[in-house]
Amino acid sequence: MTYLNLFLAFFRSGMLGYGGGPSSIPLVHKEVVGKYKWMNDEEFGDVLALGNTLPGPIATKMAGYIGYRVAGITGLFVSLLATILPTIILMILLLTSLREFKDQPWVQGMTKGVIPVVAVMLAVLTWQFFDSSKKGLGLKLSLFHIFAGVILLQFLGVHPGIIIGALLAYALFGPLKGTDKKKASVREGEETG
Amino acid sequence: MTFWHIFLAFFLPGILGYGGGPASIPLIENEVVDRYEWLSVNEFTEVLALGNALPGPIATKMAGYIGYQEGGWFGAFVGVFATVAPSLLLMVAFLGLVYKFKDSPRVKNMSTYVKPTIAVLLGIMAYQFFAESYISVGWMHTLFLAAASFLLMEKVKVSPVFVIIGSLGYGAVFLA
Repeated sequence: MTYLNLFLAFFRSGMLGYGGGPSSIPLVHKEVVGKYKWMNDEEFGDVLALGNTLPGPIATKMAGYIGYRVAGITGLFVSLLATILPTIILMILLLTSLREFKDQPWVQGMTKGVIPVVAVMLAVLTWQFFDSSKKGLGLKLSLFHIFAGVILLQFLGVHPGIIIGALLAYALFGPLKGTDKKKASVREGEETG
Repeated sequence: MTFWHIFLAFFLPGILGYGGGPASIPLIENEVVDRYEWLSVNEFTEVLALGNALPGPIATKMAGYIGYQEGGWFGAFVGVFATVAPSLLLMVAFLGLVYKFKDSPRVKNMSTYVKPTIAVLLGIMAYQFFAESYISVGWMHTLFLAAASFLLMEKVKVSPVFVIIGSLGYGAVFLA
């Protein structure tokens, strides 16, 4: 029964999570804390905080870890598959069947129509990341990072992995300013409060 | 070799994508469009748009589909595995360690420090998509679709699914 419940919990939150992984977080919370009571609010908060600290997609990290906590390695696989499999299969079926009509003018029109919408979605995401970076780093430092980022990525053609790796190394091993410590404790207060 | 490349193409965005799936979108584009040239910018847009229209995590949907296109069902498996496994293993295996330092300012700084760069990557992609749209349908259609979709998604809070379906319909009728 546990495996079936895990499957149902993550199937539901996966299938209803429109707008990428982060949008399914409240749905996962509803299932895991509200419906099945596998965790309390505090534990769920910890898992979410930890998931946000590590790289990679958030929905699969949460599903895998919660599945593991509830029912071991098999639980991990059941939750993970329930999260990702249905939508991947849907995506492959839809895109491959669409390919056959690729040269029809109306299909090409559809492709053209959707580009500005995706551009807007990306612009909104850009703004969200900028906004949350302002909260963490302050406006001046964020603008400096963005300016440097545009030059390195767009004009010098540096691989983004190198820049991200360098920033992570700096976060871990670089000097720690007093303001960082203060900000960290303020943020802690916000999260727990 | 193909499977190894699929693995690498999705391992890097997965392990460098701080801030959830969306943060890894520009990294995936960098690999599959620029480095391996599996998809054109146009095809990548189609995959991204459909990925956004369907429910569920975005990074795994993209990995699954692009992996499938390059290497069949096993390719899909490799792509998804490379996206999901490294960070999930970290989460399960190093839980105690990371948990202990969860509140350390250094560990918190990690996601703070990469956010502006992710914003730049996303911004560059947004710019490329606008430019692409301007070239293929002109500024009037581009402006209309962009403004309408922004208002609907951000102000009226219509689900992206309906906005994307609407834009597909608009394209089929007016841009054919």
